[in-house]
Amino acid sequence: MGDRSLDISLTVNGEKIAERVEARKTLVDFLREDLSLTGSHIGCEHGVCGACTVRVNGEIVRGCLMLAVQCDGAEVETIEGLSDSGEIADLQAAFEQRNALQCGYCTPGMIAAAQDLLKRGGVPSRDDIRAHLSGNYCRCTGYHAIVDAIESVAQARSEARAKGR
Amino acid sequence: MKPAPFAYKRARTLDEAVALLGEHKDARLLAGGQSLIATLNMRLSTPSLLVDINGISGLAGVAHKNGKVEIGALVRHAEAERSELIAKYAALIARAMPHIGHAAIRNRGTLGGSIAFADPAAELPACLLALDGEVEASGPQGKRTIRAQDFFKGLFETALGPQEVLTAIRVPAAGKDTRVGFAELARRHGDYAIVGLAASARADGKKLSDVRLAYFGVGATPMRARKAEAALASGGVEAAVAALDLDPHDDIQATAKTKKHLAGVLLRRVANQLLETR
Repeated sequence: MGDRSLDISLTVNGEKIAERVEARKTLVDFLREDLSLTGSHIGCEHGVCGACTVRVNGEIVRGCLMLAVQCDGAEVETIEGLSDSGEIADLQAAFEQRNALQCGYCTPGMIAAAQDLLKRGGVPSRDDIRAHLSGNYCRCTGYHAIVDAIESVAQARSEARAKGR
Repeated sequence: MKPAPFAYKRARTLDEAVALLGEHKDARLLAGGQSLIATLNMRLSTPSLLVDINGISGLAGVAHKNGKVEIGALVRHAEAERSELIAKYAALIARAMPHIGHAAIRNRGTLGGSIAFADPAAELPACLLALDGEVEASGPQGKRTIRAQDFFKGLFETALGPQEVLTAIRVPAAGKDTRVGFAELARRHGDYAIVGLAASARADGKKLSDVRLAYFGVGATPMRARKAEAALASGGVEAAVAALDLDPHDDIQATAKTKKHLAGVLLRRVANQLLETR
């Protein structure tokens, strides 16, 4: 028989963490309740809304559809880590400038998903941006401003890369 | 909601996973978890034990051998989406991939999990049926192979025994004359389809043979539309639409009448894909 609680060790935003967790605890609940990293939000708790999007080993995942015990040995990055490292500073500024958020509840997941697309390089089409964000619900903005913000950052990054060459 | 308490065990080998399923009758296998954990969260499922099979080696590769493409059960959707082998020899699966969930879901979800879960509105079971593929499973009596047409038994019900683990799927590798088509209609990109269609055929110029139309979202399992297949092979797209032998029921997304209409819309789109010259 397995255990209802297990010891896990993982890296969260560059910091080594060792905790005992209940097997049934989802990653997003672990981040919020045990580590007080409340930037990852909980919306639907069944994988539909995308508010809990975080990175595990470099890839975005649903924090509500992964158990904390599955992250033993993993490298987890939350919106707090992405923000502190400066990796998404331009996206954050563009979201603010273009009113790409109102209540802000979806924004951490939205930015994590957007950065996942933009870090592949190039300037994605508006359709590609929409497809990549299709798993992230926003109930305020109607998405238009969000696509604008992401597109403008993609263009700015592409120009910066061209200059740097 | 939060899952009810359960115990968790990482299986290191296939035999260990099979044994654990024997010891704990209500245990569930955890692969990608993208359907299972949602049902745990909603307490639609309350197993006493989760057996995590992600650490079992040998279940994660894609190979082209003996005229078939073999995809290990733990291959994640995102890997299949990027696989050159799948793009070349199992193009129907490659075409279906972008419609399955969203990027974050495809990073975790596995092909084996999707087939074993057998959601009637999911893409992959229909692809497996359209390609006349097969499933490999391991259980207490050893390995066996189950053809797709015998695998999907009912709503979320498959031919897998209580102690069997799906280990791989296999589909015939596409040849020069293989044509495939895929289309679905969903309220939001990545959601489960209202109606979808996965198709394969052999083409000789504009003439199609061995047409296989596997619809999803129109019944308890993926469904072949056999009369429409015959009509399409004998030449007429509109005749095939008229011959569509489907009997969908009303569901939360659409009425039966709407689904039947949409099935025809999809058939025209997919027929065009099958008839595209290469």
